[in-house]
Amino acid sequence: MNVAPFIRARRLGKVSVDTVTLAHGGGGKAMKDLIDDVFVTAFDNRVLAPLEDQARFDLAELASHGDRLAFTTDSFVVDPLFFPGGDIGELAVCGTVNDLAVGGATPLYLSCAVIVEEGMSVDVLRRVARSMAQTALEAGVQIVTGDTKVVQRGACDKLFITTSGIGVIRKGCTLGVDTARPGDVVLVNGLLGDHGAAILCARGDMALETLIESDCACLHGLIEALLTAAPGIRFVRDATRGGLATVLNEIADASQVAIEIEEAATPLREQVKAFCEILGLDPLYLANEGKIVVIAPPDQADAALAAMRAHPLGEGSAVIGQVNHGEAGRVTMRTVFGGRRIVDMLVGEQLPRIC
Amino acid sequence: MKYLDEFRDGDKARVLIKEIEALVATMTIPAERPLYIMEVCGGHTHSIFRYGLEGMLPKEIELIHGPGCPVCVLPMGRVDDCVSIAENPNVIFTTFGDAMRVPGSKKSLLQAKAGGADVRMVYSPMDALALARKNPDREVVFFGLGFETTMPSTALTILQAETDGIRNFSVFCNHITIVPTIKAILDSPGLQLDGFLGPGHVSMVIGTAPYEFIAKFYKRPMVVAGFEPLDILQSIWMVLKQIKEGRADIENQYARIVPDGGNAPALQAVSRVYELREFFEWRGLGSIDHSGVKLRDGYAHFDAEQKFAIPNLKIADPKSCQCGEVLKGVIKPWQCKVFGSACTPETPLGALMVSSEGACAAYYQYGGVKRYKEAV
Repeated sequence: MNVAPFIRARRLGKVSVDTVTLAHGGGGKAMKDLIDDVFVTAFDNRVLAPLEDQARFDLAELASHGDRLAFTTDSFVVDPLFFPGGDIGELAVCGTVNDLAVGGATPLYLSCAVIVEEGMSVDVLRRVARSMAQTALEAGVQIVTGDTKVVQRGACDKLFITTSGIGVIRKGCTLGVDTARPGDVVLVNGLLGDHGAAILCARGDMALETLIESDCACLHGLIEALLTAAPGIRFVRDATRGGLATVLNEIADASQVAIEIEEAATPLREQVKAFCEILGLDPLYLANEGKIVVIAPPDQADAALAAMRAHPLGEGSAVIGQVNHGEAGRVTMRTVFGGRRIVDMLVGEQLPRIC
Repeated sequence: MKYLDEFRDGDKARVLIKEIEALVATMTIPAERPLYIMEVCGGHTHSIFRYGLEGMLPKEIELIHGPGCPVCVLPMGRVDDCVSIAENPNVIFTTFGDAMRVPGSKKSLLQAKAGGADVRMVYSPMDALALARKNPDREVVFFGLGFETTMPSTALTILQAETDGIRNFSVFCNHITIVPTIKAILDSPGLQLDGFLGPGHVSMVIGTAPYEFIAKFYKRPMVVAGFEPLDILQSIWMVLKQIKEGRADIENQYARIVPDGGNAPALQAVSRVYELREFFEWRGLGSIDHSGVKLRDGYAHFDAEQKFAIPNLKIADPKSCQCGEVLKGVIKPWQCKVFGSACTPETPLGALMVSSEGACAAYYQYGGVKRYKEAV
């Protein structure tokens, strides 16, 4: 096993039973074995290795990436744990990496706190940890500290993960939700709504079978390419829960501008459209885990689009609308039909219509 | 998407709008008010807003959003009954999604769920029956809701449960029927409706014959309409043409789905399982004779009203709420005293604000409360 020398120097614990029990959260040997077996072996890096109560960083090394720290946190409670196109572990890494990246930060270090329901399979936990490790490796970030709690059956749903992340913001980068100006252009990096549709299908409640996969991906590479090619970009946000519609409303509200998007230009997969037709859902509100909304000043829109399209995670990038002088805070959509409708914030959860 | 995109073609829409404008130009429409056309069905209301149709029509035509959203006309007392059944510890209460947020006098089903009741969203009554099979030691109750559109699927599920000998399944039947309701609207004093867009999916089950009285006795034209935007525009054109020619007929624009004679097997299942109630309470409209159905005595063992002690209290709508006047087309949603202030989709007072098919929610979501308040 390829573990850091410091870890190799001591004997790693091993879990010999199949399922997690309350004993694994008790602070004793069982807990140490679980942490070693599942997390330490998977995450394996120099900062984590000493297993201190905190990860320690060299300030000069951090400062070499930029001039401000970015710090974020996010919890992941997705059901099911494994779904087409990803799993909770991959999601927990991508989600926090993206939350750092959309602020113009280079993501560097993550924490990983897990709450496990007793009775959970140790093997499933190992799979999730390996998935986190693999995603972190590909993203070039390290998981450097963590925590494990086990709760009684019913006190949580199988497994909850919280990741916090530290990144460093490049010098001169001042992205802000309140910076959109009339004339600016709205871009997205590809097909919308895949994650939300994939999760709803995977739950099985709808008894619909589709080939839709989650778009879960770490987007910092794409965002770096975008900001390099078009340094005047005003704002970037990942369109997760609440989908495209929610992000656009947040921008319109904070910047006190109107935004109009074109239905015909908004990229949607045929299967996602059909899925929404059948269930009476609006794809503009479906969650994404690998999609960003970008506000670009008009003179950099072409450069932004070209840079996004040149990146593997942005091949389907498109200009979908414009910021304008209309009623402040209002988002509208020009429908394919030639009408215009208001795209408001979602109230509560999207509930399917009955007829 | 095949069979959908064809009916959402913007170029064809522009041609149709021109046709409608040309037709209106040849009609003599009194200056004091526009022509009022009511779309009976909530599905139509949803499409009209989703595609921005109101803004495309000439000002001489105004659409009135009718009572055809089953979630919207559900009285508070019935929601209380649902909550009371759902809070029974041995019950799994199953419901269509958009009924979850409808406010009862104390709470909605969503709030009951948060309080510990086992309330689950299903897509079909058959999903509820499958839950009953999977949980033989629990009583699974399905909240039967909707017009003739959903009535047959509930009936067939009960027949299936009977065939399979499933005993832990029951239906809280709140199915309602559209025809007496249209009649009640036509009988209401001060009525100003010039024509109707008929409900497409209800008609798929019952056919077009049950509407004949509208043309014959009330002399109003009706066109049974599909739900895509081109369907709706074409149906509006057909209603206008009838008005212009001084005709009042029942026409069928949605013939690709609606057979004039309806769906015989569905109707058989309906008449086997249900009988008319003497009357049924509608939110905003009050009690309407013969407007609801219940399970026949032969199926009493599947009837949640027989299996559970149900409070069955009549709860008056909040005084400030003007859902009834909106439903009858007497006022527009934004003319209601509480629209957008005390009554919003987040804290709905009236049921029209709850479902996305409700006229008030549609105006609020797609129309923007500010715009309408300013227009008043």
